[in-house]
Amino acid sequence: MATQHSRSAARLMMAPAVVLLLGWMLVPLTMTLWFSFKKYLPLRGGDLGWVGFDNYVRFVTSSSFWPSVWTTLTIVGGVLIITIVLGVLLAILLNQPMWGQGIVRILVIAPFFVMPTVSALVWKNMFMDPVNGLFAHLWKFFGAEPMVWLTEASLESIILIVSWQWLPFATLILLTAIQSLDGEQLEASEMDGATPLARFGYIVLPHLGRAITIVLLIQTIFLLSIFAEIFVTTQGAFGTKTLTYLIFQRVLESQNIGLGSAGGVYAIILANIVAIFLMRIVGKNLDA
Amino acid sequence: MARAVTQKRKIINTTAAWAVGLLIFFPILWTILTSFKTEAVAIADPPVFLGFDWTLENYATVLERSDYARFLWNSIIIAGGSTVLGIIIAIPAAWSMAFVPSKRTKDILLWMLSTKMLPAVGVLYPIYLIFIRMGLLDTKIGLMIVLMLINLPIIVWMLYTYFKEIPGEILEAARMDGASLKEEVIHILTPMAIPGIASTLLLNVILAWNEAFWTLNLTAAKAAPLTAFIASYSSPEGLFYAKLSAASTMAIAPILILGWFSQKQLVSGLTFGAVK
Amino acid sequence: MGRIVLEKVQKKFGEVEVIPPLDLTIEDGEFTVFVGPSGCGKSTLLRLIAGLEDTTSGRIVIDDADATEVPPAKRGLAMVFQSYALYPHMSVRKNIAFPMKMAKMPEDEQNRRIEAAAKALNLTDYLDRKPGQLSGGQRQRVAIGRSIVREPSAFLFDEPLSNLDAALRVGMRLEISELHERLKTTMIYVTHDQVEAMTMADKIVVLRAGHIEQVGSPLELYHKPRNEFVAGFIGSPKMNIIHGEEAQKLGATGVGIRPEHIDVSKTDGMWKGRVGVAEHLGSDTFIHVHDTGLGEMITVRITGDIEARHGDTIYLTPQMDQLHKFDQQGLRVE
Repeated sequence: MATQHSRSAARLMMAPAVVLLLGWMLVPLTMTLWFSFKKYLPLRGGDLGWVGFDNYVRFVTSSSFWPSVWTTLTIVGGVLIITIVLGVLLAILLNQPMWGQGIVRILVIAPFFVMPTVSALVWKNMFMDPVNGLFAHLWKFFGAEPMVWLTEASLESIILIVSWQWLPFATLILLTAIQSLDGEQLEASEMDGATPLARFGYIVLPHLGRAITIVLLIQTIFLLSIFAEIFVTTQGAFGTKTLTYLIFQRVLESQNIGLGSAGGVYAIILANIVAIFLMRIVGKNLDA
Repeated sequence: MARAVTQKRKIINTTAAWAVGLLIFFPILWTILTSFKTEAVAIADPPVFLGFDWTLENYATVLERSDYARFLWNSIIIAGGSTVLGIIIAIPAAWSMAFVPSKRTKDILLWMLSTKMLPAVGVLYPIYLIFIRMGLLDTKIGLMIVLMLINLPIIVWMLYTYFKEIPGEILEAARMDGASLKEEVIHILTPMAIPGIASTLLLNVILAWNEAFWTLNLTAAKAAPLTAFIASYSSPEGLFYAKLSAASTMAIAPILILGWFSQKQLVSGLTFGAVK
Repeated sequence: MGRIVLEKVQKKFGEVEVIPPLDLTIEDGEFTVFVGPSGCGKSTLLRLIAGLEDTTSGRIVIDDADATEVPPAKRGLAMVFQSYALYPHMSVRKNIAFPMKMAKMPEDEQNRRIEAAAKALNLTDYLDRKPGQLSGGQRQRVAIGRSIVREPSAFLFDEPLSNLDAALRVGMRLEISELHERLKTTMIYVTHDQVEAMTMADKIVVLRAGHIEQVGSPLELYHKPRNEFVAGFIGSPKMNIIHGEEAQKLGATGVGIRPEHIDVSKTDGMWKGRVGVAEHLGSDTFIHVHDTGLGEMITVRITGDIEARHGDTIYLTPQMDQLHKFDQQGLRVE
């Protein structure tokens, strides 16, 4: 539909967004790369010169590196699985005829509006506290020994908190997708003798493919960089130190900019690996 | 649904859905309830659900101790400002991608999204330095710019998917009718896209309101929004459940109310326009 | 005025040549129809004239002025789109007013023209409705109203009737023809439906794969198709075209016989066949005849009703003076 004129206008209109994002990406990235080859301790002597790949080697060989990568992937993967599986089930439930559907939907969306710092604080203190938390009361009620959640099951606890925040998002997207499913398709498959389970497997699930992709993409983007939940709950202790948090500690707590920057580069590489993998799927799905 | 559903099924559905809905909502409900309890009732064993003397003293204490109004104002300015700024920059970009697609359009779009995957922590120190150099540290305008930039890819993408739903023939008709590019955007495109723009706006206000990495790391006292206000309760003070609940309720209430009132736009916004 | 001349106009999308260099003249006041199967480039050609696509090379001249580089809005043309492309957020009145508003026409003149157009198109009662509240035919009329108020030098129609149901289509066909009679403005009309082409056009341009196969009046195309493609495309039911031995006997590589030019008998004739499906329309009967030894199924059109059942034996005789003969390249030979 395009003429030469509209094409050049288009390029002009795209420019601000592209230039800004390019700057936002390139400037800090270049600086991070620069610092990553230096010994740079702002509070202990400042710029102490070039050190080649020292920081990179130190960062990977530190005992916390691989666990942090593992923690990051566990949290992202765990939350994705929980939210998508529960999201599909919830979406199907909410799509059934019922009374007060609108109100139930409001209840289900609500956690999405809660800022991560608040939800982490509330869960940490009012639910997971081993003395006064609601879970402790519940455990005692059933005669069990209350758990020290954030110490004994720290990773699971964080996954629980983050899943609670993101389940509404997954549910809503999947619900919208289910609602767009053509009823005649289901009726046709019923006429063809498909059982409810077969209808779910052959009609509903494939129909949700695109929506699941979107959930996967958006959530991964946000989950890779979760911060507040850990900052507020465990401060990275008890095996909950994600790559993000590890770098944060190197940069801000130990003020070792060089080391932190090298870590940043690793985080960027990890994110890119995930991104390439995701973009493949999404790119294919966006064509549809 | 073409078929009548038996009353029994409907009752089962309703019960199940309400049970799940209340379960998911419970942490918020519990927080709100606790905010009206005295500290003693808040940690009572067994927990008290509704039968307690409602009190507002926690709110009074929290308001007295910290300048809630300032944090709130900062949140509003930062979330609103970054969203408006982002939309102004994103509309032309999304327009050109949706209506004058080239071979690279999809690549650019995916590239934009991929900048969102850049781990913030990887560039924290450089941004920190730049902010100090430019005097942006602990300023509202600084945070507005950063939040605008981190949300820009999402805004562009959402607007792009909304714009793509507008049939190209309508814009061509406007062109045949003598509308210039500017008139086309003002008279045809924008009015038709208003529902989409509204959803985008809402979702981004929420994302910016709740953003907790940059807002925690780039502000101190002056420009700190509600995320920082609440993070200050992560210290042992957090053990005062009733006050923590009151502060939490005050931090999430504005966005919760906004979200509920605009539920319809939000649902379509949340799906990023990509799921019908 | 509205004389449109295409000189060596060519269009490529990337490496793909959609329209090979092509010359065409459309006279002022003429109703020209571009017709051809889908994908033949007829819509692209229309959009080139509209200025919605750039020409790769060649010139488009409108009223003796080179318009090749002129943006669509400045060409003085109006277009009615297949989807009607009404502005959904504007009332009918505002839709029709839009081009005049863009041209900064005085308000009272705008109103006068809106009233006139609404009256002519039976839209007076609907002026304050939104397009979403109108039926397909009404939307169509709004789109036409929007295009006539600016008094363009030519109208471009891009398959405007394809979204209407059959009965409405016939009605709108008449309305557009009426409009042309009244305005005497150049109209270029794109369709894949040869019935629309035959009934509306002063001049038909038959396109295939971007090439012009033939230009002529409807009856020229009917009586003297220049090649087998045009012969098969114009006329309904389709012309029977036979090749091989029987065609040789009639003196050509390919011989075309229109279904209405075949005589039928139960007892004797040139070719003997078996009745397949007989379609009884009341006014006409179409009989599809198999096993004639001609290699093709032959369709016959008989005025009125005739007793013909599946499997009956039937004899066919072509009217010799109505044969179309084609050579090896498929071109017409006299």
